[in-house]
Amino acid sequence: MFRNNYDNDAVTFSPQGRIFQVEYAQEAVKQGSVVVGLVNKTHAVLVGLKRNAEELSSYQKKIIEVDSHMGIAIAGLASDARVLSNFMKQQSLSSRMTYGRPLPVDRIVSQIGDRAQTNTQHYGKRPYGVGLLVAGVDEAGPHLFEFQPSGMTHEMLACAIGARSQMARTYLERNLDKLQDTTRDELITHGLQALKETLSQDKELTVDNTSVGVVGLAAEGAKGRIESFKLYEGQLLVPLLEALERSEEGETKEESMEVDS
Amino acid sequence: MNHFPEAWGRPRDDIYGPYNPSYLQTTGPKTHTQSPAVTGTSVVAVKFNGGVAIAADNLASYGSLARFTDVKRLRKFGESAVIGFSGDVSDMQHIDRLLESIDIRENYSTHGNTMNAKNLHTYLSKVLYKRRSEFNPLWNHILVAGFDENKKPFLSSADLLGTTFSAPHLATGFGAHLAVPILRRLFPDEESIETASKEQAVAALRECLKVLWYRDARSLDKYSIAVISEAGIEIEEDQQIEAQSWAFAEAIKGYGAQVN
Repeated sequence: MFRNNYDNDAVTFSPQGRIFQVEYAQEAVKQGSVVVGLVNKTHAVLVGLKRNAEELSSYQKKIIEVDSHMGIAIAGLASDARVLSNFMKQQSLSSRMTYGRPLPVDRIVSQIGDRAQTNTQHYGKRPYGVGLLVAGVDEAGPHLFEFQPSGMTHEMLACAIGARSQMARTYLERNLDKLQDTTRDELITHGLQALKETLSQDKELTVDNTSVGVVGLAAEGAKGRIESFKLYEGQLLVPLLEALERSEEGETKEESMEVDS
Repeated sequence: MNHFPEAWGRPRDDIYGPYNPSYLQTTGPKTHTQSPAVTGTSVVAVKFNGGVAIAADNLASYGSLARFTDVKRLRKFGESAVIGFSGDVSDMQHIDRLLESIDIRENYSTHGNTMNAKNLHTYLSKVLYKRRSEFNPLWNHILVAGFDENKKPFLSSADLLGTTFSAPHLATGFGAHLAVPILRRLFPDEESIETASKEQAVAALRECLKVLWYRDARSLDKYSIAVISEAGIEIEEDQQIEAQSWAFAEAIKGYGAQVN
């Protein structure tokens, strides 16, 4: 019988140069429900599909505010995500305490990247079983980062991770050129549309299973430079889902008109 | 003399009797943190329309001895902040190393050094406060000049206790007594600061340093002056106090020319 001898710990390479425990951790990310992130010139948006373990239970939180200028969306083991988000909250708070400034997004992302990498190189440790999308604003504007259990981090224009996320990525790739010049609300609608692409036939986005996080630069003339991270859940989602519906109607109308002519 | 190094430089036992080594040990707690050793005197600074000017002389005194006459007490940080140090010079060099490591760390990130003068002042005040809470203070009084996050001119001080204070014109040490009244007379209110030109601010600081050179026995006529504006930082080191007139000294009573 074939047995894999190279997946007992995260520190041993296989003869093909793979580290199986890290790959298994990345599988855990693929099992998690999908989250989508996207940026334009002014805003960064996170959109997530929440799952409930059973009919009677509450939904698992998908988007966490780290600081007023930054939030994360999670796919994978929620408890590992809590460890990372608590760490990020602490680092953000200590930056505000010692320097009086919000922590730059790329800085905190490389810090959690380093932590995750350490877990793949020490015997007896295991990689984090969670992938993150980090959205935030700093001096250089809005940012979106992807984080993987391997410790890999990338700055992204748009990204989706989790179960069936390929459908969302396809949508984002097709619409990438449009995203840059969208308004804040259009960007949210694109995010919801990408999320909707991943749903199976019998499912739809509702106020219960959807979660949206928005952070960005404040509009001209507003007080302060940034628009603080805002989480939309429950009834707050109603206008956003209505906007999604309207944009879909608009599209189908256009298509049918083309057919008519 | 024998060949044992521990005996070198000691009084000879055969002449002076055996040395009592208990004199070599001090009793009680450490006291060397309770006073500065080599010190710099005043730093003076004033805001103007579009920036901040800051100046300090180039002297490091050892007690009342003018020990080092080419010490630069203004330090540039990044492209938009200058820190002026008075007090202990070795503690200044320690803080300088802290700032150097922050500068290196900041420049490793994608968007370069985004730390402004206000962030720096917050950081330094926390360092000073932490050290005083450990009963091991960094013996400095610091002025931080530059810009805040809204690109407004920023000037603030932090002392060895971690106390912070902000004003349109600030001075440390003797300058707090001699320079601040001059600056207050030249720029009495917020409006006069907002309309003051860079040239006026620099001239005011040069005037302050001249008065300090006349009156502060720990000062020097060689100084550095820095101007922080949107255009960047200009630091001029090795400046000389010009047009000195010591005629006033003849009239001083109580010491010097007229003892009684």
